[in-house]
Amino acid sequence: MQITVRLFAGLRERYGMDVMTVSVPGNITVSEVWSLVLPEEPLPDNVLAAQNMEYVDYESAVADGDEIAFFPPVTGGAS
Amino acid sequence: MNVVITDQPFDPWQQIQTLQIGGLKGGAADFGATAVFVGTLRDFNEGDAVEGMFLEHYPGMTERYLEKISAEAADRWQLVDTLIVHRVGELRPADPIVLVAVWSAHRKAAFDASRWLMEALKSHAPFWKKEQLKEGSRWVEHNTPG
Repeated sequence: MQITVRLFAGLRERYGMDVMTVSVPGNITVSEVWSLVLPEEPLPDNVLAAQNMEYVDYESAVADGDEIAFFPPVTGGAS
Repeated sequence: MNVVITDQPFDPWQQIQTLQIGGLKGGAADFGATAVFVGTLRDFNEGDAVEGMFLEHYPGMTERYLEKISAEAADRWQLVDTLIVHRVGELRPADPIVLVAVWSAHRKAAFDASRWLMEALKSHAPFWKKEQLKEGSRWVEHNTPG
């Protein structure tokens, strides 16, 4: 199945990857998507994950056509 | 319920006025309280002078999240309307970053809902700040306490 993977902010810069479309086997979880896309890199602490623009945990099951995003803790608003 | 994300500088007071004159849900005379929070870019953070900031967001998810918390606030409190405006892109010190405005019949709901919206925004809305300092730039890792 095909999915879209996106990285944001510090992760995007660190791994030099913004958005990519990848073919993945069925029956995988969000954290396995990370391992497939960045096999050399352990998933850093505190990384948040979204599936189709909703927060999910790493064990969430991925479906064909999903958009999976990984990003650091958020820091919006005004301090 | 109004959510705006913009990469252009905005005047929070003008945004409020425009909505109050034209588009406020429920009309112009059924609210007795307006609570407003405006967050502005400081020129210092963690002991360093800040020359500017880049604010990244997740187009689509950020809007969806702000709409979700606006709807949740409307469920939890008796509100006439809400407005959230958030800047993205390149900002300079003194630029408004965020506006949260809440209209309600009485002050308690307006105060409580605006505080709650602001905290929900800060803790979960997908925005990331990169500060521009004299010696380079850095991603902001932590929110300051409210």
